[in-house]
Amino acid sequence: MTSDLIVFILLALIAVASALGMAFSQNTVYAALYLVLNFIVVAVFYLLLGAPFIAMAQITVYAGAIMVLFVFVIMLLGVQSLPPAKTLPWQKPLAVVLAILLAVESTYLLLSRAPLTQALAAPDASANTTSNLQQMALALFSEYLLPFEITSILLLVAMVGAIVLSKHEKKAGSGNGLG
Amino acid sequence: MHLSATTSGGFFFLAPWLVFAPILGLFINLIFAKRFKFSENLIGGIASAASGAAFIVSILLAYSLSLQHGEVVRWRLAEWFSIGALSLDWTFRIDSLSATMMLVISGVGTLIHIYAIGYMHEDVRFKHEEGRFARFFIFLNLFLASMLVLVSGDSYLMLFVGWEGVGFCSFLLIGFWFEMDTLARSSWANSNAAKKAFIANRVGDFGFLIASFLIFWNLGHSLQFDHVFEAAKNAPPGVIVAITLFLLLGVAGKSAQIPLYIWLPDAMAGPTPVSALMHAATMVTAGVYLVTRSAPFYNLVPDAQYIVTMVGAVTALFAATIAVGQYDIKKVLAYSTVSQLGFMVAAVGMGAYVAGFFHLIAHAFFKALLFLSAGSVILGLERGHHHAEHDEKPKGKKGKKEEHGHAEHDEHEHVFDPGDMRNMGGMRKTMPVTFWMYLIGALALSGIFPFAGFWSKDEILLDAKLHYPAAYWLLTIAAFFTAFYMGRQIWMVFFGTARTEPARHAQESPKVMTLPLAALAILSVVGGALNLPFEGFHNLGHWLGYTFGEVEALPLNLQVAGVSTLLALIAIGISWLIYGRKPLQTGETDPLKKPLGAIFTGMENKWFVDEGYAALVIKPFDKLSQFLADVVDWRFWHDFVHERVIAGTYNWVSSSALDQYADKKGIDAVANGLATVSQWLSARMRKIQNGFVRSYALSVLLGVVLILGYLIFK
Amino acid sequence: MVSVNYYIILSAILFTIGALGVLIRRNPLIIFMSIELMLNAANLAFVAFGRSFELTQGKPFFTGQIFVFFVIAVAAAEVAVGLALIVEIFKTKNTVNIDEVNSLKG
Repeated sequence: MTSDLIVFILLALIAVASALGMAFSQNTVYAALYLVLNFIVVAVFYLLLGAPFIAMAQITVYAGAIMVLFVFVIMLLGVQSLPPAKTLPWQKPLAVVLAILLAVESTYLLLSRAPLTQALAAPDASANTTSNLQQMALALFSEYLLPFEITSILLLVAMVGAIVLSKHEKKAGSGNGLG
Repeated sequence: MHLSATTSGGFFFLAPWLVFAPILGLFINLIFAKRFKFSENLIGGIASAASGAAFIVSILLAYSLSLQHGEVVRWRLAEWFSIGALSLDWTFRIDSLSATMMLVISGVGTLIHIYAIGYMHEDVRFKHEEGRFARFFIFLNLFLASMLVLVSGDSYLMLFVGWEGVGFCSFLLIGFWFEMDTLARSSWANSNAAKKAFIANRVGDFGFLIASFLIFWNLGHSLQFDHVFEAAKNAPPGVIVAITLFLLLGVAGKSAQIPLYIWLPDAMAGPTPVSALMHAATMVTAGVYLVTRSAPFYNLVPDAQYIVTMVGAVTALFAATIAVGQYDIKKVLAYSTVSQLGFMVAAVGMGAYVAGFFHLIAHAFFKALLFLSAGSVILGLERGHHHAEHDEKPKGKKGKKEEHGHAEHDEHEHVFDPGDMRNMGGMRKTMPVTFWMYLIGALALSGIFPFAGFWSKDEILLDAKLHYPAAYWLLTIAAFFTAFYMGRQIWMVFFGTARTEPARHAQESPKVMTLPLAALAILSVVGGALNLPFEGFHNLGHWLGYTFGEVEALPLNLQVAGVSTLLALIAIGISWLIYGRKPLQTGETDPLKKPLGAIFTGMENKWFVDEGYAALVIKPFDKLSQFLADVVDWRFWHDFVHERVIAGTYNWVSSSALDQYADKKGIDAVANGLATVSQWLSARMRKIQNGFVRSYALSVLLGVVLILGYLIFK
Repeated sequence: MVSVNYYIILSAILFTIGALGVLIRRNPLIIFMSIELMLNAANLAFVAFGRSFELTQGKPFFTGQIFVFFVIAVAAAEVAVGLALIVEIFKTKNTVNIDEVNSLKG
């Protein structure tokens, strides 16, 4: 048992626990906070895997911006919990069985097809240098320029879409609900 | 042997104009006559000029030919077609034989064209159809062109083109007044006559075609004359016999021999110039020309020659007897033509080509003369009829009122027939010029010295006596009858007293008609000089010898000439005794009828040949077609095969088998079943579509799990 | 030593939990969060594999990380639109229970 492994197991436990907490908590605000915790743990994993930029992006975009949006909507709608389900009674057991099957199958497949037993050493200090970041930026803006631009268009479309959806035009007497 | 034309100087380059001159004339009249309202004289003038041009070309060709001693010239105009082994050019063949025909056709043709200007001028007025004047001359020129194609052709096929062309023109011209009969009453008689001529000729054409096919297949895959005659020398005799006999069938059709002569008398329905030009002088001699042209075949097979001779001789006698019993002036001449054609066919059959051709030429002169004179007589009577009618009209009107309308009916029933000899009599006084012309023609036809007919007929008789005694006797008797019926005609028409008002008032024809008559009369008188039976005078024989090789030049045989002349004189004497001494009176029956009885009835009714054909051929044919139409076609094919078998089976198959089983129980069941299944399925499947997103997501997860499971256990 | 396997297994577990959340929760916000969790699980796998490849090659390798970058961007877009939709649904139905949003049933 090396220290690496101990750290990993601890972090993994926190991640799984926070994920479960998110998935099963009755209070929506708690769920959001569990998810934030989970994101932070994953960001630590990114650091351990030598991806500091992604780790930072994870914290700022996901744990920061997106989750703020979530909480904002939760607050806006004011619904923290729902009454017990009366529909789809067989959904929950079936979902659990299928989820377990999925986990087993995907794990088995990943491990059996490619037995990745290679040890992942903790990154050295070079991973955190600016040259590393520069190289990544170079790849992003040369090799992956087109996907990058398309993504920016996608973001623009999503922004417009969100605005159109949220915008409320009150037309007197139209009454067809399409406004 | 190469087929290219011999182009040896002379006027041979004019050869195509032989055909194109009449064609040019016909197109000028066809295109411009109506549009620019040509006068009748102009139309006739153009047509006559076209014909005259052909005549001049003929003279020049004959002259050029004589300069090179009759050596055959083939003037190639164009390639006609080339299919497989058969390659044909449109080549004009100019040898002494065809040149002679060209001269006769275009020469006599020109005279008849001129005559027709006067004749048709009146004819179209009597029939109230003045617009047809131009049409007549167009047809006439077309005929001339076809006839010249026929005689100038260098192969059997080119000859056949002309052969069919003249047949078609014959059809057009016999049916020229197609909507009336010869008495201008509304009827289909004329068009029926035209159809009869055409159909009888088709039978002959069938023979011609079969002969052509035989020639092509057996004689070196060619139809060119020189080639096939060369090949015939080595051909089996059976083939040649077949060819010659099938050709004879063609001859019988075109030259009106037994058994196909029946169309010629009916062809008199055409205007008289047509009768003269086509059905006496030129077209009907095409058969004679064909036999003469095919002489190398006939010379090889004496049996066939014998058959041809006998057909001709029998026809000559047979038709002559019928002519005795006819009352129509043109019908007499028509049967006379058949008879004289029999003489020619007999002559060429026995190999006396020069004699046959001599008679052909002489006959063209005097028979054209006779027909044209007859036309003049008919028109004279027609004029007299109109004259009399105009005089009587005021009287007639009064009379009708008194007679309670019965007379009116009768008047319409009885139409004056200007062709009936019983309506004539004493016309030598009213139509003197025509009388003299007719007399000359009749004497020439009867074979009286020194007219053309005497020389030509005696030459045939002499040849027959030497080679075919049976034919000699038949022909001699025929000559006797010839003289008799011509005498009868002369006495009945021109002597005695007028039997009807129109005959009394008949008027002479104008100069445009009588001048061609005079020209033909002169030719009929001196035509014999072409081939006198004296040493050094066998001009025609020498001339045609260029084509046939050395020809037997027979001296005058006084016995033959004496017998035939004597018989002719006796016949004329008898006819005077019967018809001349005591002229026929109005309404009297023929004086021959009493003594001859049934025989005369037979002659009168053409020996009932038409009725015989009707009973033997037409009636069975009608019956057969009736049977085929009613029983075979309608009842068997239509009612049974089509309605019952095909339609019935189809209906049964479609209604019960296909409709009931295949369609309703098979295809419908499948289609309905599919619909039912999909309905049933969708009724159940729509429950899966429950609208819950979570449920859909579960389905997706299920799918993912299943796919992963498949990947694991693959 | 921590091997790639561990990260993969962790990723699979997180993904499964996310999927489970999508399936059994009726609150669309929670479902959304579960989807984000699943995306995260996938991202973790990307980075882990990228790191493994980088170590094998012995030189920097950014493709995995760049992919994650794109996923984050797309997720942000998705959340923006999705939340707008949820707000809109809530405005019309006055509830966020997705079991009541089933008017498209067959």
